[in-house]
Amino acid sequence: MSYIRLKNVTKRFGDVTAVDNLNIEIGKGECFSMLGPSGCGKTTTLRMVAGFEDLSDGEVWVGDRLLSSPAKHHYTPPENRNFGMVFQAFAVWPHMSVYENVAFPLRLRKLPNAEIEQRTKDALTATNLLNAANDSPADLSGGGKQRVALARALAINPDVMLLDEPLSSLDPHLREEMRFEIKDLQRKYGFSIIYVTHDQSEAMALSDRILVMKLGVMQQIDSPLDVYNNPKNKFVFSFIGVSSFTDVIWKGKDAYIKGSEHKLPSGLIVPERMKAEEMFNLASRPTEIRFTNANDPNGVRGLVVRKAFLGEIVDYLVKIGEQEVRVQIGRRDPGPEADEVCYLHFLRPFWYKINE
Amino acid sequence: MEDIIKVEGVAKGYGKHQVLQNLDIAIKKGECFTLLGPSGCGKTVLIRLIAGHEVPDEGKIIIDDTVVADSATGEYIPPERRGLGIVFQDYAVWPHMTVFENIAYPLKMEKRPKQEINELVMKMIEVVGMKGLDKRLPSELSGGQQQRVALARALVADPSVMLLDEPLSNLDANLREEMRFEIKALQRKFGITVLFVTHDQEVALAISDRLAIMDAKGNIRQIGNPYDIFENPADLFVFKFMGIANFLHINEKGGKFYVGSGQQEIPWEGPKGTAANWVAGFRPSDVEIHRQGPGLKGTIHRANFLGATMDYAIDIDDESLRTEIETHTAINNDLMFQEGEECYITFKALHWFDAEQLKEVEE
Amino acid sequence: MAGGTIKKDSGFGIAQVILFISIAILVIFVAWPVLLILFNAFFVDGKFNSVDFYNVLTEPETFQALINSLIIASMTTIGSTIVGTFFAWLVTRTDLPYKTFMKSLFLVPFMLPSFIGALAWKMLLSPHSGYINKWFMAAFNTTEPIFDIYTYHGISCVEVMYLFPFVFIQVCGALERMDPTLEESARISGAGLFTITRKITIPLVMPSIMSGALLIMLYSMAHFGTVAVLGIEQGIYNIPTLIYEKIHESAGSFASIRTGTVLATVLIVSAACIIWAQQKVLSKGHYQIIGGKSFRPMELKLRGLRYPLLFFCLAYIGFTILLPTVIIFMVGGVETYGLPLTWENLSLDNYKYILFEYDVTRDAIFNSVTLGLAAAFITMFAGVMISYVIVKMKVRGKGILEFLGMLPFSVPGSVIALGVILAWSGQFGINLYNTVWIILVSYIARYMAFSLKANSAALEQVHDSLMEASRSCGASMWQSLKDIVIPLVRPGMVSAFFLIFLPALRELTVSIMLYAPTTRTIGVAIYTLNEDGETVMSTALAGIALIIIVLGQMLINHLTKKASE
Repeated sequence: MSYIRLKNVTKRFGDVTAVDNLNIEIGKGECFSMLGPSGCGKTTTLRMVAGFEDLSDGEVWVGDRLLSSPAKHHYTPPENRNFGMVFQAFAVWPHMSVYENVAFPLRLRKLPNAEIEQRTKDALTATNLLNAANDSPADLSGGGKQRVALARALAINPDVMLLDEPLSSLDPHLREEMRFEIKDLQRKYGFSIIYVTHDQSEAMALSDRILVMKLGVMQQIDSPLDVYNNPKNKFVFSFIGVSSFTDVIWKGKDAYIKGSEHKLPSGLIVPERMKAEEMFNLASRPTEIRFTNANDPNGVRGLVVRKAFLGEIVDYLVKIGEQEVRVQIGRRDPGPEADEVCYLHFLRPFWYKINE
Repeated sequence: MEDIIKVEGVAKGYGKHQVLQNLDIAIKKGECFTLLGPSGCGKTVLIRLIAGHEVPDEGKIIIDDTVVADSATGEYIPPERRGLGIVFQDYAVWPHMTVFENIAYPLKMEKRPKQEINELVMKMIEVVGMKGLDKRLPSELSGGQQQRVALARALVADPSVMLLDEPLSNLDANLREEMRFEIKALQRKFGITVLFVTHDQEVALAISDRLAIMDAKGNIRQIGNPYDIFENPADLFVFKFMGIANFLHINEKGGKFYVGSGQQEIPWEGPKGTAANWVAGFRPSDVEIHRQGPGLKGTIHRANFLGATMDYAIDIDDESLRTEIETHTAINNDLMFQEGEECYITFKALHWFDAEQLKEVEE
Repeated sequence: MAGGTIKKDSGFGIAQVILFISIAILVIFVAWPVLLILFNAFFVDGKFNSVDFYNVLTEPETFQALINSLIIASMTTIGSTIVGTFFAWLVTRTDLPYKTFMKSLFLVPFMLPSFIGALAWKMLLSPHSGYINKWFMAAFNTTEPIFDIYTYHGISCVEVMYLFPFVFIQVCGALERMDPTLEESARISGAGLFTITRKITIPLVMPSIMSGALLIMLYSMAHFGTVAVLGIEQGIYNIPTLIYEKIHESAGSFASIRTGTVLATVLIVSAACIIWAQQKVLSKGHYQIIGGKSFRPMELKLRGLRYPLLFFCLAYIGFTILLPTVIIFMVGGVETYGLPLTWENLSLDNYKYILFEYDVTRDAIFNSVTLGLAAAFITMFAGVMISYVIVKMKVRGKGILEFLGMLPFSVPGSVIALGVILAWSGQFGINLYNTVWIILVSYIARYMAFSLKANSAALEQVHDSLMEASRSCGASMWQSLKDIVIPLVRPGMVSAFFLIFLPALRELTVSIMLYAPTTRTIGVAIYTLNEDGETVMSTALAGIALIIIVLGQMLINHLTKKASE
């Protein structure tokens, strides 16, 4: 059952279309991430859901409530949407204590004092802040401030939590810890999450589904495992991890890596839909390539340009024809030396048209 | 190979804080030598002593057979006469001079003829890949381009030694990778000695002929080539610094070695030597995870799908460790575990350390 | 590599010499005059005497002056805070039309010296001969003026008109720098605009409001001009005007100097307290934007009030700036004061006379310009040197310099003038009294702090590594200074120059205490001509002064804009 619905949501700033015709449905209790580089429109979309930006076109629904619709002249301001929201820079008020920060939204709703106290304490306990209730947020670390922001968002028992890159100001170790805390809180309270991030491993680790965005346009919506197994285009493929794109051309019926004298080995099969293309790409990840020998039907011939020992892994730059491919193998795995001929076995090749 | 830089018995302190004490290092001509250590360990101070921006409280520094600083005799050659090339962490490219003027400056100080300066500078600009940008101002350049200007300026006067103080830390990850190989290529091309200072062990491993690990107190823990340091760490500090490490506390009872306070014996040869308590150290890639025994029985505490890799946190009795498998390997070998599932652990490599060393590092 | 042996730093090198000179400059010009005041205030006949100090303070005249200072300063502070905060909020947080233009328009009052404004308002609102009052009384057939400017609230209103930009600038800056997500998070928590302003925005901006308010309080307490023009006639004295009056009417008698130093001490203590309070307030409030996303903060939609409020702002500026300026130029154009302001009566005769024939005014203009230039150059160069020692050199003892450098920060002008009189009137060998040099010396003392601040800021931008890089490239210390530091510090030096030249050109509080018949400055000439009843001449000179100030300001804006490109 879809709980949050974005229908044909579009946002234009002058001539620039920042968000282009988004259609998203998010279920109750789902953790949904919007992933993409800066400028892709993910934060603008989140702000439209929150109500800080109005839409140029389309509709935003939560449950059976219409929140925004320019066509129907409907706009519910942020203060009436009843969402919990956590910002990148925490946005915790330094002139109020931790307790007052968390109690603020409750006081605005004019709840009875006893209830305010109870719910504030619950939120502080859930985020491990009960001992810091009387502290000033300025005295807390980055992680502490972020927890205050979380507690404040939780205090109103929202059905939807909006998180705008909440962990990017924290150091990597803390980021992991906070990620687990957020996930645990979601499991405990059952709210839906819309999470904005540019860090693909964060999105992968947290989400039930991911939306990958580029320049305002949806690229793919899938579960993390599906995005990994079936990246729809080059952008998604390159965004999910380190990647190489190698140009491949046809010479008659055989496929050649551009500039190479050797055709692709029999084990490396080009899909049908590439047959019509003059030139297309073989996409690979450095960790999904192994060195093999000349007899291997999967072996693509190349020349080692550079070999670097990086501790756990050994990093290679291999030249095939005019192209260069990165290969990374474990430090114990067998591998050639610099300036040697080698044969590469692509374990999980993906194929894309040039402009895909 | 002869030594081109010799640091003998050098000590340096600021107020009550003693940064370096009794330091001895010798760098060979033509090598790429990296000084690796955490922030504040004194590696930048050492570079500044070699460059001449600081003076040692004790000890002697010799460059190319000339004494440049000696606390005993008071000898001191100021920076402008040491003939070194230096690249600073913030590049220190002069904002009011063009790319050309920046790079030409050392030659101008040497009072070389204008024609010669022009030739050398334009050639260097090409070598570092900045062709066509000679008239630009630093404010019009990206971080990576400013980095190249700094490199060119350091190399143009053909110094015998180049000092680099964390030159890559202000660059983004991709550029960092690219630049470290470029620096290595430049070093080979010009055949100069490079002293590189960094806290990033990956960079150090990638480009060094030899490297020295310094701890937070300014002591050298180990000197060697990258492979040696990584495979045969002198102690736990070096092991931990060179990459992500797991440690299991080991209890010895009657000549057998058990993991934590559990009953499982560690499937590896026991330690040699004496220590009150032992710790087993190994890298995530030294761990092999299986569905069945033999091996240490553990439980998956956390399973994280990170895209290209599956990351597992595993509890073994009261100890825990982290390991990673490539996702496609996990899928193909039925190694996609869920939280709470049982698993078995074996090792590909293991180092024994005195448990005291672990305490020292965790402080 | 060139070999060589240079001895390591010995105990006494060129660094120490520069340090010594720097300390000497600050001590002689700045610290010494202030110390003399304190000494004179508390030591009678060489013995410490606080009873006498107390007696002087409680004399009816002095006590009244203290009270007046407090009253006027308080009224001015409250008024400026309200006006400044209101306009700042309008310009940063509403959809007022032409906001950027209005923002620069509200800075214009800074350009009008408030004593010139006071002169204009005197001509408009003096109870019986002010043009507005005359018109009002004639139009409504009454003998009661609509507003008597020779009152406490008259003085305060005039000061508020020209001082509120202090608060305006601080609050604008704070509102613009504030992280918008601080307000957005309140909004998503359920708060409407009114609640957000009350509970979030204002508390967060309060340190800046307080900081601006404190600055105004200090300025008003130490200000001579407005009270001198509007208050003395009614016997309303504040501390600077009483000091002036005492010394002036007794031609520097011992008793008057005594009174002067006691009053000056009160000013010093007040200034110190206010500066201390201001630093404390500012250090507590830093709620700045953390880079990255730049979404605009919330704006109040004024709807129907948009254009009415715009009109109100323009009317305010028109009333407080345009009206006095027009009056000044018009009165400066008539032959005698009191003549109706018709086209037939207006001419450029007075202006020509002042600029080309009247020696008093010609000399005054000449004096002000040369004093301004000299003071600016000297403080600029001294400031660079001293800042260099403070920011860049590693010598023992530079802590003294940092401390001395902070001293003059807002030692009020009257205090500096009095201290300079005590120091340089012959008691210690050199007698500069009644010469133009004593004014120069006091300007140097007065403005040194500004030079230090501007130059220190510029030097701090020149990272050490830039100089170290040049040294490693083969440049000696001096070569590095010449090739690297000086070019990079030049913009700071230029800005220091103008930061001093313009205020020196138009100031009154200091030179009024130190002038002799031939060493008048523009400010002194305007004031004394007015005192002597030469109203139209005084006003015409004021008009010329305004033109010089505006031209000078435009030149600075043009130069700073060019520099930042």
